Amino acid sequence: MPRLILIGLAAGFFSALFGVGGGIVIVPLLVLAAGFLERGATATSLAAIGITAAAGTVVYAFHGEVRVEYAALVGLPAAAGAVWGSALQQRVANRTISLLFAALLLSVAVVLVLE
Amino acid sequence: MTSLALAALLGLAAGLLAGMFGVGGGILFVPTLVFLGLAQLEAEATSLAAILPTVAAGVWRQQRYGNVRWRAGLVVGLASIPGVVGASFLAVTLDQQTLRRLFAGLLVLVAAQLAWRARRK
Repeated sequence: MPRLILIGLAAGFFSALFGVGGGIVIVPLLVLAAGFLERGATATSLAAIGITAAAGTVVYAFHGEVRVEYAALVGLPAAAGAVWGSALQQRVANRTISLLFAALLLSVAVVLVLE
Repeated sequence: MTSLALAALLGLAAGLLAGMFGVGGGILFVPTLVFLGLAQLEAEATSLAAILPTVAAGVWRQQRYGNVRWRAGLVVGLASIPGVVGASFLAVTLDQQTLRRLFAGLLVLVAAQLAWRARRK
């Protein structure tokens, strides 16, 4: 229980600082520090993220930073894409594509810094 | 292509990649929203809202497979709230460029983690 609380604190901080779900922090920590298997960690992380992202949305809404129309425009197709993507995962997410995806993230990082 | 259609298409692509690689949508939502014209903090805040539909769908599916440990998820989720509040104070104080650079650093880390995972296959 105390570990779960610490994991939550760290994940919440991470999530709201970067605008991400926090799964990057939660999943490895649940596996390494709380004895979860990866599948259970990923699923449980999603449940936690629901609360974390909702809290972050509320907090930032108070600051006037949430653009709801963009959230819906991007978020709803994304939900459909995610269902599709996890179905594809079995066959398609091989080594080459993983490396390509990593390269994509790197180029986005470069663009973000250069602008 | 209209910017509405572009936003939806980028959202779909972000979700697809997130679903395939098990990285959360946020990591792709934020640059997508910046590309669509939002400031860094706006993009991050909006990303958190955009994450909600994907997470809801994901949790529902995982629950049907019996993979969710609800009590643990609740504890982690509720414990995250002080962290969220704390980080928001920091995020609204930082200037946009610093926040952007921090985010770029995160992208590099995630890219490195993905590449590492790929090598082990």
